[in-house]
Amino acid sequence: MPADMFALTLPFDPSALTLEMLMAGLAMLVLILGIIVPKGARHGLGWVSLLGILGIMAVAVSLWGEKRELLNGMYLLDNYALFWKITFMTAAALVILGCMRFVDNMGNQAEYYSLTLFATLGMMVMASAGDFITFYLGLELMTLSFVILVCFRKTDAKSVEAGIKYLLLAGMSSAVLLYGLTLIYGLTGSITILEIGRIIAMQPLSPALVLAVVLVIAGLGFKVSAVPFHMWSPDVYEGAPTPVTAYLAVGSKAASFAIILRLFVSGLPGIWENWAMVMAILAAVTIIVGNLVAIPQTNIKRMLAYSSIAQAGYILVGLVTATEAGIKGVMFYCFLYVFATMAAFVVATYYYNVSGSDELRDYAGLAQRSPLLAAVMLVALLSMAGIPPLAGFAGKFYLFSSIVGDFLWLVFVGLIMSMVSVYYYLRVALVMYRDDPVDATPISVSSPVAVTLVFATIATLVIGICPGPLSEVVNGAAHTFFLH
Amino acid sequence: METSIYSVIAFYCLAITILGNAALVVFARNIVHSVLFLAVTFIAMAGLFLLLDADFIAAIQVLVYAGAVCIMVVFGIMLIQRPDMKDTNLFNTQLIAGTGVVALVFAMCAILAGRTAWTDLVAMQAVPENTIQVIGALLMSKYVIPFEVVAVLLLVALIGAIVIARDESGAIAVDEGVKANAHD
Repeated sequence: MPADMFALTLPFDPSALTLEMLMAGLAMLVLILGIIVPKGARHGLGWVSLLGILGIMAVAVSLWGEKRELLNGMYLLDNYALFWKITFMTAAALVILGCMRFVDNMGNQAEYYSLTLFATLGMMVMASAGDFITFYLGLELMTLSFVILVCFRKTDAKSVEAGIKYLLLAGMSSAVLLYGLTLIYGLTGSITILEIGRIIAMQPLSPALVLAVVLVIAGLGFKVSAVPFHMWSPDVYEGAPTPVTAYLAVGSKAASFAIILRLFVSGLPGIWENWAMVMAILAAVTIIVGNLVAIPQTNIKRMLAYSSIAQAGYILVGLVTATEAGIKGVMFYCFLYVFATMAAFVVATYYYNVSGSDELRDYAGLAQRSPLLAAVMLVALLSMAGIPPLAGFAGKFYLFSSIVGDFLWLVFVGLIMSMVSVYYYLRVALVMYRDDPVDATPISVSSPVAVTLVFATIATLVIGICPGPLSEVVNGAAHTFFLH
Repeated sequence: METSIYSVIAFYCLAITILGNAALVVFARNIVHSVLFLAVTFIAMAGLFLLLDADFIAAIQVLVYAGAVCIMVVFGIMLIQRPDMKDTNLFNTQLIAGTGVVALVFAMCAILAGRTAWTDLVAMQAVPENTIQVIGALLMSKYVIPFEVVAVLLLVALIGAIVIARDESGAIAVDEGVKANAHD
């Protein structure tokens, strides 16, 4: 046995993994509690998860400003990663608080909450990952948890079909992504993103690297459901239980954007001029197709699915320039996107509990039955459309102002399609406010749901009216991105 | 690293075996035969790992993929009860379109890879005598974070399998046919 074998041991500081360890511990605690407590008390598991997440968020806030690199850049803890982790945990907290009754109806609460927490853990690993293996495993942990959550209502054929579709297509996209990553490894001899960035900047562009970048864009494009890799999302979004759809639309997308930025802006800036145009075209096609196909939808979940495809297109815009302003735009937009999407999906979940339907025409007269639900839905949809003074406007402003110089045509595409999107968003408002309900009994909103909805709406309004403080926080986080 | 003529011959033989059997997996009409070809593909892949001096990975490839995975697939097939196994693998309706797409992807990869000036970046140093110990040390030092994430990933897979297989009353769902067989 070689004597220097343990010289491989690198300085390792486990305290940099505090958040991940706490999250894994919380997920396992919920799982074990689910076995111990009697069936009637399992409702409380949602509260345990929620309080746990809030506690871990407090720890994350206290870590703000830390900057550490573990194992030669394999794991990065900086404000950038922390900001994303707080974003994921906010989404998880909102989805747990807003959809407890839905989960109680579905059963298996312990498994549901612990899988949600494990999916969050996967996202947190992705946000901090500095090398391909960690990043890929984080991605798979998130995806596998989501596959199980998507087919959680296993007596519902649609849910099972959605689960199988997601499993097969996610497996295929992972294969494409892995092939791209192995090509990059073969060309550079490294799996650490920062080191790859240094090596690629020194080498001349090789044709195989172009192939690798195309494959990586295809693999990750699937995760953020960018057109033309979006085919899975409407079916999966419609079939999955609504809280899962909400978390899939927000969390999975935000985590994928976190790693796309890391990979492209820190790993491949040397060949920026080769992929910038690809990203710009991908963004334009995604915005156009997402918005146009959303128009004829009659199911609210399918409409939100296509609208979330269009939102992914807007977020991709921030990636095109690979500058600090663009990164800031992506992070800002993802954060406010959490509130708007969660509000819309929580309303959809709650209304499904009452009416048993996700069809748009069944939303007729919602304003008369429950002014709160209708108002929250309206604010969420208008924020997604980018109407001032709501948060979506500020987000789109930061995203598009980053590309005004070089990609003016993309700004016009974004603006025109935002106007188109107002049409289908307002159609929902029209149905809710103008039409008379078939069944006029008022809907009483339970207090956790009301808290979630009011909180998300206030956040959307506050970020929209005074984006300054959040913008400064995001600036600081985006700045640390370039300091490694 | 010098390449002997034998390893080149071995590489091409293995490559042909892998590609041929992978094609047979897709084209066999009986799904049990497909699984058999899949096992051959996996074993030939183990040969590729041996050519790269990765003896431990080769052994794992045979154990896990050729052994466990193929057996699991066969179990899966046998649990879905069918009177006979003829025409059980019939997803070949888009033959022309599929061939076109595969040819296009293959041509693109071949052209781009062929025009690249590949350099020897890795494997310049001799492979240690005993690879398992080094792999073990690496897993617990440099790759400890991915290693722990894999552990959590497997736990999630386990929970998922139980959640999906368990029926509403809490018992593991047992197929009626299997029940009948058990009582015979």
